[in-house]
Amino acid sequence: MTVNDLTIGQKATVKEFTDHGLGIHLMEMGVVPGETITVERVAPMGDPIAVRVSDLLLMMRRKEAASILVKDHGNGI
Amino acid sequence: MASASLRVALVGNPNCGKSTLFNALTGLNQKVGNFPGVTVDRKVGSFSTGGKNVNLLDLPGTYSLEPRSLDERVAVHAITDRSDIDHPDLCLIVVDATHLKLGLYLTMQVLEAGMPSILVLNMMDQLEASGVKVDLLALSRELGVKVVGTNARKGNGLDKLKAAISEHGLESAPTPWKSKLNAESGPLERHVIIREMLTKVTTGGKEPSRTLSQRLDGVFTHRWLGPLIFLGILAAVFQSVFSWAVYPMDWIDGLFAEGAGLWRQWLPQHFLTDLWVEGVWAGLGGVVIFIPQIAFLFLFVALMEDTGYMARVSFITDRALRRFGLQGRSVVPLMGGVACAVPAILATRTISNWKERLITMLVLPFMTCSARLPVYVLLISLVIPEGYLLGVFGYQGLTMLAMYLLGAVTALGAAFVVSKFIPDDGSGHFLMEMPVLRAPRWGNIGMDIVRKSSMFVTQAGRIIVVISVVLWLGASFGPSEQMEQVEQRYATAAQLPDADPDSLARLRSAELLEHSYIGMVGHAIEPAISPLGYDWKIGIALITSFAAREVFVGTMATIYAVGDSEDEATIRQRMASTMNANTGEPLYDLPFGLSLLVFYAFAMQCVSTLAVVRSETGSWKWPLIQVFGMTGLAYLSAFVIFRLAQVLF
Repeated sequence: MTVNDLTIGQKATVKEFTDHGLGIHLMEMGVVPGETITVERVAPMGDPIAVRVSDLLLMMRRKEAASILVKDHGNGI
Repeated sequence: MASASLRVALVGNPNCGKSTLFNALTGLNQKVGNFPGVTVDRKVGSFSTGGKNVNLLDLPGTYSLEPRSLDERVAVHAITDRSDIDHPDLCLIVVDATHLKLGLYLTMQVLEAGMPSILVLNMMDQLEASGVKVDLLALSRELGVKVVGTNARKGNGLDKLKAAISEHGLESAPTPWKSKLNAESGPLERHVIIREMLTKVTTGGKEPSRTLSQRLDGVFTHRWLGPLIFLGILAAVFQSVFSWAVYPMDWIDGLFAEGAGLWRQWLPQHFLTDLWVEGVWAGLGGVVIFIPQIAFLFLFVALMEDTGYMARVSFITDRALRRFGLQGRSVVPLMGGVACAVPAILATRTISNWKERLITMLVLPFMTCSARLPVYVLLISLVIPEGYLLGVFGYQGLTMLAMYLLGAVTALGAAFVVSKFIPDDGSGHFLMEMPVLRAPRWGNIGMDIVRKSSMFVTQAGRIIVVISVVLWLGASFGPSEQMEQVEQRYATAAQLPDADPDSLARLRSAELLEHSYIGMVGHAIEPAISPLGYDWKIGIALITSFAAREVFVGTMATIYAVGDSEDEATIRQRMASTMNANTGEPLYDLPFGLSLLVFYAFAMQCVSTLAVVRSETGSWKWPLIQVFGMTGLAYLSAFVIFRLAQVLF
């Protein structure tokens, strides 16, 4: 699943990125595999979204969010 | 080192408190300019410590040494390229203590580049408030660099930092962790090292509770409250630049008029006096007059940036503006453009993506600025009937409203078209930090206003003065024999027994203007503008409007020998009674009026705006594109409207 599949407040763990270049950019901003990620806000028109990763609130469009693969905390590990 | 002063640069993530630290260290000892070739604010300041003079440079914020935007490129180049004129002797790496991971990532890269550095852990108080303790000594040992904790806002730790700067041996850090990295190591490997380091040097920390910033975000980014609050703020911006700024502008206007009178008294009657008073002095007045609007607009922009609210604006407006090639940060400058494009174009500096910033600057002059207002008022009252639609909405008021809408819609449409032609600068991903909302730091905001105003005066101001002098020369001089003929005729007329000196003087200036160089140009372009329904008189007014659009009214007053340019009713009367020599019908009729309204809505006629675009984009290319693109559009639209209206009415 990707960040776009998360509901507001749902916790998940960053797994990997489907876009290499964007992945590096994301990691530089603290979105690193293993970190916990939550969707904190969704903009009035449903896009962009604001996610929280290690104390940082990041806004990204749905397109960028779709490239972040995550593992839901609810499903076991 | 025997060199006169130590060159120190501030490096850090955006929002890490770098500017506050810069202001705290240098106080009022600072200058702002541009980095060579790009219009990214370049702030330099100085202070002394331990007998050394320190030149402090504030580099643009960046998250890593792999730059994505123009700003970041400047910072990275200065650090990594030793031949860069801004390459420092020593880096102060500023890290927001509450975002340690992010800051340490950049720190590692700067240290790897071999920069002698000091790590400044800023906002220590906020970290401590969250219950986390950092062992600064241990962190210093792990990283291999001197660490100083500060709280720039309250001024804590600054003495220690200054001492550390003067004691620094300017050697590169030993970087004990570097052995864990190899050529293939990427961000992931660095983050693994950071994670290990942080478990060793930090203790405590509780699960963060819902902070005030998060609660405020619930309001600012709320589905309908968010947009509503933003609209309210826009209304306040509009009100301040449009109405409040008028008072100081009137004072400045009065001051310069007073000054002109005094110069006339002090200086002998001479061509050079005229040149000084009516060319240069008036041009200077035309520059200073913008400062109140610039100050008001920047008060709001800086306030929104400093508190972190601007990121929320981007957040709630992104979806709607994206399709036009614009983004949330474009909205405030566009709104400011309704008052005046000059401060608004300066305000686009807040847009970090160069493409979006350029588009915003290019389409901004379409917004209905206040200089167009007097022109619209005159033309609408001249050609639009006074009746009411459905008995409520006056035709004249509706036309005015339509002109404002026309400007805004055209700006968006033009943005859409232009965005298809401008390549991205590589910072294509939409990924932005939403900084924690905090109370404004008024010191930072005040300094920002002063910096922006003085930058405008020194950069765009020069061009504006030169062009206004040129326009004045063109309007005051003409081929000598023709000008002399006019003078002689009026000298003779003044001898007549029933001569009225006032009306003679007015007629004389009207004729002098007609025979001046600008008057000749007005006549010369008549064949080109007659398809739009204009004659040479309008031709002259179109040229003089380059000084500022509202000059149209004054020029019409001069041409029609109306003494007082404020006396709009008389100008209107004289214009209305001007007949077309061929048809015997009024020349300035409805098709003419609509055509000229549209022309003023679209044409690029403002040299001050061109000067600012020139200084903000660093080349004449973009202002020239504006002149030809906008004026071309104005010409075509005015032509179509004129013909259509002739058929319809």
